[in-house]
Amino acid sequence: MIAPQRDENPAGIHLPLDPLPGHTSRGRLERVLRRGEFAVTTELNPPDSADPEDVYNRAKIFDGWVDAINAVDASGANCHMSSVGICALLTRMGYAPIMQIACRDKNRIAIQGDVLGGAAMGVANMLCLTGDGVQAGDQPGAKPVFDLDSMSLLETIRIMRDNGKFLSGRKLTTPPQVFLGAAVNPFAPPYDFRPIHLGKKIAAGAQFVQTQYCFDVPMFKTFMQRARDLGHTEKVFILCGVGPLASAKTAKWIRSNVPGIHIPDAVIKRLEGAQDQKKEGKQLCIDIINEVKEIPGVAGVHVMAYRQEEYVAEIVDESGVLKGRQPWKREIRRDDQIVAERLDHILHDEITETQVDMVKTAH
Amino acid sequence: MSEKQPAVTQATLVKKAAPKSDYKPADVSPQRRVQRTFAVRLWSIRHSRLLEWFYGRFADVFLLLHPLWKGIGYGRVEAPVKFVEKRVKGFMFDCRMCGQCVLSSTGMSCPMNCPKQLRNGPCGGVRANGNCEVEPDMPCVWVKAWEGSRNMVHGDKILDVQKPVDQSLRETSAWLRVTAQAAAARETSKNQQNTGASA
Repeated sequence: MIAPQRDENPAGIHLPLDPLPGHTSRGRLERVLRRGEFAVTTELNPPDSADPEDVYNRAKIFDGWVDAINAVDASGANCHMSSVGICALLTRMGYAPIMQIACRDKNRIAIQGDVLGGAAMGVANMLCLTGDGVQAGDQPGAKPVFDLDSMSLLETIRIMRDNGKFLSGRKLTTPPQVFLGAAVNPFAPPYDFRPIHLGKKIAAGAQFVQTQYCFDVPMFKTFMQRARDLGHTEKVFILCGVGPLASAKTAKWIRSNVPGIHIPDAVIKRLEGAQDQKKEGKQLCIDIINEVKEIPGVAGVHVMAYRQEEYVAEIVDESGVLKGRQPWKREIRRDDQIVAERLDHILHDEITETQVDMVKTAH
Repeated sequence: MSEKQPAVTQATLVKKAAPKSDYKPADVSPQRRVQRTFAVRLWSIRHSRLLEWFYGRFADVFLLLHPLWKGIGYGRVEAPVKFVEKRVKGFMFDCRMCGQCVLSSTGMSCPMNCPKQLRNGPCGGVRANGNCEVEPDMPCVWVKAWEGSRNMVHGDKILDVQKPVDQSLRETSAWLRVTAQAAAARETSKNQQNTGASA
């Protein structure tokens, strides 16, 4: 029998974690962050398919390397499998997903319903986003909803959790226990407002934030300095967004086509000068992680390796941010083995069980 | 008819007619903004301090007229006041008549002009030149709001977390609502004082 892992219910792997004092969720991400460990989160590239195996395969490569997986909600306004659907599959397999909720596609009625549904499935972390405009995606003719914004969405879920009420004031019988996240982008104007904006998000209910891709470390340092001065780092866990660039060409394309991502010329020059640009992109990502992990107030990294998900494990390993810590990983337990032993035969053996046969064998 | 006519699609016709059209719907529509200049709106933001002072006086006058509004009936004055408010604020701020004005908390930059209608701050997509992600030619409403709020005395109201928009208040007068609420608050405080004095 394998010894239980750190964040696992000692009574059984299938059981939910016990609530801890001061925690708002039963999730493992909150436990890791509140213990003061350097957290690593990543993003699952949502499949354009109805096959659950696609989700499982894409999640499998992160096994034992990350503390939580973001289930994106049609990022870039491109249509993919929904975040609720991905969360349903991931929680079923015992992963710790972060359910992203974007305000672009759903009004407050749908969002509050999804929050309850997600929490019921065992989603412990929710990330509140405004969402990209519909013009950025593959269906620019869609109606942009934006009924709430990220701030009022945070407040809505906080009210549901802490006051046990819908936005309308109607009572919930069981409030959702979730760890609330938000996104910040220190790399877009108005730069001097961004740290204050983070303060607003904390006031609205954010407990952790993930930043936009960080390629400009000095700029991020300035932001963190302001955030520390304002006392934000004591109230919120900041996860710095990082990721490998595939080539200088991709970097240039991202810079001019994806809103809100700031890539300095030095980065592009470094990639252009490299023999193997893909490898250099990965090395650059590791270098940035090593720089940002030293900044006081940074509680973790959020590795976004879009279409290079296989690099996440290498990046986490080579940067050494886990310091030997092994994030929770689902393993075969004794009860799983018993089930496998007892019921395995029904998969191979052909058993014809008619009533007549059963009577015969009974005699 | 051998000459080749250039293809004129419906979209071209709409696009040609759009800038001349007077009709600018107040509620959201992806194609709503055919407007090309933001001069008046930007002027208002540059003079946010002046407008803040002016609005303070103006709100006092409106509150002073509370007996008049009440005499005629708030329901009856709604239509003419809304008519004026819509045109004045429409000219000054490109008002969208959400009916719950937060201009004094947003540096005199109307947040409903943001294509995402964000009322709590900028999104992460603001371009490096400070323009909007969705409409590249428009300066970001929230970049301007932050600038405008820095000129104002009560500019720190930009830090308040705004509640979600109540869509049922669209196309109603915010001026009258604020006045009625202020009058009601004044009355309750007066009543409390009276009961306090008599007790």
